Amino acid sequence: MDLSAINPVLLLASLLVAATPLLLAAIGETIVERAGVLNLGVEGMMITGAICGFAICVNTGSPVTGLVAAAIGGAALSLVFAFLTQVALANQVASGLALTLFGLGLSALLGQNYQGIKPPSFPRFDIPLLADIPVLGPILFRQDPVVYLALALTLATWAFLKFTRAGLILRAVGENHDAAHALGYKVIRIRTLAILFGGALAGMGGAYISLIRVPQWTEGMTAGIGWIALALVVFGAWKPLRVALGAFLFGGIEVVQLNLQAAGVAIPVEILAMSPYLITILVLVIMSADRSGAPASLGRSFHASH
Amino acid sequence: MKLSKLLATAAVALGLATTAMAQDKTKVGFVFVGPVGDGGWTYEHNQGRLAVEKEFGDKVETVFVESVPEGPDAERVMTQMALEGADLIFTTSFGYMDPTINVAQKFPNVKFEHATGYKRADNVSTYSARFYEGRAIQGHIAGKMTKSNIIGYIGSYPIPEVIRGINSAYIHAKKANPNVQFKIVWAYTWFDPAKEADAAKVLIEQGADIVLQHTDSTAPQAAAQAAGNVYTFGQASDMASFGPKPRISSIIDNWAPYYIARTKAVMDGTWTSVDTWDGIGAGMVGIGEISSEVPDDVKAEALALKDAIASGSYHPFTGPLKKQDGSDWLKDGETADDGTLAGMNFYVEGIEGDIPQ
Repeated sequence: MDLSAINPVLLLASLLVAATPLLLAAIGETIVERAGVLNLGVEGMMITGAICGFAICVNTGSPVTGLVAAAIGGAALSLVFAFLTQVALANQVASGLALTLFGLGLSALLGQNYQGIKPPSFPRFDIPLLADIPVLGPILFRQDPVVYLALALTLATWAFLKFTRAGLILRAVGENHDAAHALGYKVIRIRTLAILFGGALAGMGGAYISLIRVPQWTEGMTAGIGWIALALVVFGAWKPLRVALGAFLFGGIEVVQLNLQAAGVAIPVEILAMSPYLITILVLVIMSADRSGAPASLGRSFHASH
Repeated sequence: MKLSKLLATAAVALGLATTAMAQDKTKVGFVFVGPVGDGGWTYEHNQGRLAVEKEFGDKVETVFVESVPEGPDAERVMTQMALEGADLIFTTSFGYMDPTINVAQKFPNVKFEHATGYKRADNVSTYSARFYEGRAIQGHIAGKMTKSNIIGYIGSYPIPEVIRGINSAYIHAKKANPNVQFKIVWAYTWFDPAKEADAAKVLIEQGADIVLQHTDSTAPQAAAQAAGNVYTFGQASDMASFGPKPRISSIIDNWAPYYIARTKAVMDGTWTSVDTWDGIGAGMVGIGEISSEVPDDVKAEALALKDAIASGSYHPFTGPLKKQDGSDWLKDGETADDGTLAGMNFYVEGIEGDIPQ
């Protein structure tokens, strides 16, 4: 055992990187669910974003354009879901699952010609001055821009839900769509916008994996991260900051366990692999005491005449 | 009870009907653990499938299902293939062993071929390649090329196949460079690019300047490339697009001749259950081009080692060798027998850490 081989600064820095795709997708889904829509298609939107971003990035040579394309790709796919569930009033669970399967297939098709290609690399961006702070600098301020973006979006989402009128309306739609409708809010329009936002963020999360974290395109490369993001929303009790905490925990446990293994620590891998779920159970138990649970209209279809 | 019986009968009838219809063509099924585009393990199996199609043209029909999880789901996929009239089914991952045996019992007329396992039946063959021969050459090059003397190794699952590779690489790295140390990380997956990339990054952060992988995607190559001064080896497939650096050589699995021969045997009615384990000599394991990053003398040594292994004059597990706990394993000049190798569950002396149980 040689714990000194683990550099805690590098560990925390890579923890942040590992958590970013989860964080982006989970924050997007938080907004969707706060609007009362359960979109189980996160995995499908992520993988679609991953290939859209990758393809555009390779073709244009610009990682930023790639990231924007990923957001558009994810949002476009979520539009299918929005149409099915908001206009055609299809079952949200079934539509979401279909979206995941569709996204996986579509991305494999789109990605046929992109295997084994290296994308232009995303430049790391050291924030001037802040990057020079000892310890904290290398962890927080010497990352790629998407890490900053994800953190900023988390804070923005939190502030949006907590302090703004629009956030209040979104929550009202999610809690009681009939009452919101009676007050004159356009439930379907608001929900569609929320779904698009969720799709865009999931797409970006996927592109983070294909453009920065790995970086390459391989079929099925998101490998279940979308599902963890979905679980995180519940874990975080539909609150952005708690969701972010969960993302660091889930993303981090992976990096920590690999580090411990490489350093030769004899903790059974199974225990580490199990720990995020144990913590989830624990949090769920503690949360059940706290009455602010799921949005009341979550997963229910809305139609003005019903 | 009645309903399930009825369904079963219908399924069997359907199976018979499709078999009857497809009799003019030999139908060959493939069950893959990852996507065919993984650039590694599954990619090469798919190349073998395409070679079968090319060889036999209209006389053969191939079907495949990719990204099949190891476990009960695999059984469902194999059953489905058998019901749809496959005459020969290749199941291409270690974890398909028990599902293959189970399904084979239900379909005595369908031939099964399981890669890298050790359970056989009258209609189940096993086949594998002696990847450890390639690992010996990788180990030698790695030992010569490392500057930090730390070699990282990404393992998938702690099964004999993978442990054999680690031992073989370690023995030869140690011979080339007595100061070498192995850091081993188990990813518990065959294919998960994000996780494989993370594992590679962790090893690099902890000082490894050579990363060997026994997982299927090219993600560790990409991670090594991003890190800069790190060398890697292509796994299962050449992964040439990552050369000349970080990828400095590779182990290439060449399944095509085997797949063609076995399909031919089914067509001729000469198929019997066999256990095939071929290496560099028979052409089942290839060594990818050693890149310009490797000095000429190291390259020459590696190629000499390859020739010695191919001709059979040298066995990668030749004594004197001790097990990790210090007990004797092979006496001076003694070589390991296939039985021990097939069930290898111990590290050789010098490797640190325990094999997870």
